[in-house]
Amino acid sequence: MQETISFNLNDKPIHLTVDSERMLLWVLRSDLGLTGTKYGCGEAFCGACTVLVNNKAVRSCQFPVKDVKGKEVITIEGLSKNGKLHPIQEAFIKHDALQCGFCTPGMILNACSLLYENPQPTQSEIIQGMNDNLCRCGAHTRIVQAIQDAANEMKGGRVK
Amino acid sequence: MKENKNIDHELGNIIDRNPTTRREFLKRLGGGITILFLFGDPLVLEAQRRTSEYPDDFNAYLRIGVDGIVTCFSGKIEMGQAVITSLAQMLAEELDVSLSSVDMVMGDTDICPYDRGTFGSRSIKYFGPALRAAAAEARAVLIELAAEYLKISKDRLITKEGIIFDKSQNKNQVTYAQLAKGKIIERHLKEKATLKAVSEFTIIGKPVLRSDSLEKVTGKAKFAGDIRLPDMLHARILRPPAHDAKLKNVDTSPAEKIDGVQIVRDGDLIAVLHKNPDEAEKALIQVKAQFDLPEVKVDDKTIFKHLINAAGEGDIVASGGNLQNGEKLSSTVFEEMYLNSYVAHAPIETHTAVAKIENDKATVWVSTQGPFRVKEQVARVLGFPSQNVRVITPFVGGGFGGKNSSNQALEAARLAKLTGKPVQVAWSRAEEFFYDTFRPAAVVKIKSGITNSGKIALWDYNVYFAGERGSQQFYDVPHHQTVVTGGWGGGPGSHPFPTGAWRAPAVNTNTFARESHIDIMASKAGIDPLEFRLKNLTNERMKRVLRAAAEKFGWTPKKAPGGRGWGIVCVDYLNTYVAAAAEVEVDKKNGNVQVKRVVCAQDMGIVINPEGARMQIEGCITMGLGYALTEEIHFKGGEIFDLNFDTYEISRFSWLPKIETILIDNPELAPQGCGEPAITCMGGLIANAIYDATGARLFQLPMTPERIKEAMKNN
Repeated sequence: MQETISFNLNDKPIHLTVDSERMLLWVLRSDLGLTGTKYGCGEAFCGACTVLVNNKAVRSCQFPVKDVKGKEVITIEGLSKNGKLHPIQEAFIKHDALQCGFCTPGMILNACSLLYENPQPTQSEIIQGMNDNLCRCGAHTRIVQAIQDAANEMKGGRVK
Repeated sequence: MKENKNIDHELGNIIDRNPTTRREFLKRLGGGITILFLFGDPLVLEAQRRTSEYPDDFNAYLRIGVDGIVTCFSGKIEMGQAVITSLAQMLAEELDVSLSSVDMVMGDTDICPYDRGTFGSRSIKYFGPALRAAAAEARAVLIELAAEYLKISKDRLITKEGIIFDKSQNKNQVTYAQLAKGKIIERHLKEKATLKAVSEFTIIGKPVLRSDSLEKVTGKAKFAGDIRLPDMLHARILRPPAHDAKLKNVDTSPAEKIDGVQIVRDGDLIAVLHKNPDEAEKALIQVKAQFDLPEVKVDDKTIFKHLINAAGEGDIVASGGNLQNGEKLSSTVFEEMYLNSYVAHAPIETHTAVAKIENDKATVWVSTQGPFRVKEQVARVLGFPSQNVRVITPFVGGGFGGKNSSNQALEAARLAKLTGKPVQVAWSRAEEFFYDTFRPAAVVKIKSGITNSGKIALWDYNVYFAGERGSQQFYDVPHHQTVVTGGWGGGPGSHPFPTGAWRAPAVNTNTFARESHIDIMASKAGIDPLEFRLKNLTNERMKRVLRAAAEKFGWTPKKAPGGRGWGIVCVDYLNTYVAAAAEVEVDKKNGNVQVKRVVCAQDMGIVINPEGARMQIEGCITMGLGYALTEEIHFKGGEIFDLNFDTYEISRFSWLPKIETILIDNPELAPQGCGEPAITCMGGLIANAIYDATGARLFQLPMTPERIKEAMKNN
């Protein structure tokens, strides 16, 4: 059903008239041209499409756009503020925590959600929190280090 | 070379009948100083000799621009392996420029010279030396120009970070950019450029972070699916339920009624197009089709027997002594068979392409490991002369050999021609699994013997359908023979679907078999597995990596099974030597394995970027856990049952062992490959560690909990 959906996208209000049953992933990628959010599996198994809805990681490939009504959506394009990278982005760079980079936006946003819930996670909490995000290149050890590092950098402060 | 034949088979012959002339190619270069050079990858040279399109006196070049930016144009592509950074290091080192002034342009067939493809851990090994030589030549040219410009003798000049100084008078200087200004200089690399000695390196050998991270952490990095063109349509294509199924009838009318949907039918190609990919997908579901399924001849259980039956005569690729004498010398003879199942590449980015046709020129953005091959194929499918096709390779979201094949580009090109609009084809995850060129199911049979003193006297090795690479053993065995039957591409009557090169093709299978078998002999001889290997090796380089891994691991001698869950292996991957030791924990009730720790030592000669090398080794170990423990395609005839990550399980964070890497210092040896070698350890390594933990020997990959329980029961 065509419907006008209003929400905040990367800190800016947006009004979209779309079939509200469509998945957020495709609306972001096709209608809004935000291609940083990736398709990996289409069934919420891999996490490449992860975005934040009210600071919580969701799988946008299985998340109907009607469910973002009135909410705050953050994609990878909206994570850095005023040209300054988010500490998790900084940490990914510093640790070489990526290879092909295709899973990276989803990894970073899932990590954001994780640190929002639990600002000072233990290593095993990071592993548990990231376990459903898949990376084929095998950057896992560095991703865990990067998240630990970012958590320390943020000193428990909640950076959105 | 046999190995080349195998790759030839995989990649097909690239013969172009519509040559781009050398002059046309050079016309595309702008001003500045350009150094043309030939890089010595035998595969590339062979292809160039056979084709008429590409100039045969160079296949790469670098340009020093008037802005001081040094650009390296290479037909290689970046798919995660970070050659975008390590190749730039090699260039910056010899040219004496800062790393940040080097720009890599990769995989664009209009502006990059011919390349056979990015595979086989060949970029640093073969492209690197020529790139260094070209950079050294460029530096020599610049010094000559500076001598003229500054009106002093060349031997008074030194270079540093893009500036040429008078040795005795620092202020008397000129930049590379100034020298390049207003010039169009074209030089060919002379035979012998003077390269820096290892002791002079300031950029090579220093750990450098990868240069593409900023784009990749901000979502700015463009992959093929991120290309957006005006009026672009997304296509979803009708697929058969099984390989070799034949379309019986199809009704597209319900889909045609959907707003904005366009249906295209061209022979075997039936596609539904829409400006949004999800709407195209919805419409495709409305297409009703029936297929005739072929008779099922084989499934994932019967495949091994089928392969043995389908095998023709093998080639003896190595032999020495006499097998009968070897058997006579042996006090114990061992005969075993090793199996591995089909394994998918499963990159997180599925095969994707965007094609645009304007007038008689096609431009195709493709996730591929072989842009020049795609160019030829697209030209053929469109009926265009190949110089009218441009293939651009954006960042590739993982390849692992799976993107040597790029049929999605042909589908996009055909649909762009048929619709008159730009078309994107992005395979779904199910299509990615279904159309993968799997690592082949394979069989290895080994008969071996040891003497009373624990020396290997006999080694009779037969491999079916894995491929030749890594089949030849490197232990000190007087009587041996290695027979290879079938390559990784299979052949008529072998596999029920396409197979191909998978990261370190053939060597994962061959190493699993060989290193498991070595362990079996060590155990029977009552000798510690490390000691048994050292005792049977004369290759000092291999002994060194083994000792390095064992020392860091803290290995102490004990006969297996020793209840510690320890394993050790070593491998020679195209002259990169690797040894790894691991500790595993096996839950004897449910057969679950947790790999606790992996220590990996690698000797790849001169290391260009130690950080990048460690990253690749870690990646190999992590990815390799999958084929060792879970990854396996289930199928019945041409029907593939694993079509997503729910049943096809790849490595996860919770599987992670502690990984420690050792880069062996070997400045005497030129840089070798690094992207693949370490992954070959993982099957044998985990198998040996499981044996040490439980006394149960696994003969089939992957070593699933069910197979481990079964092996423990039979133990």
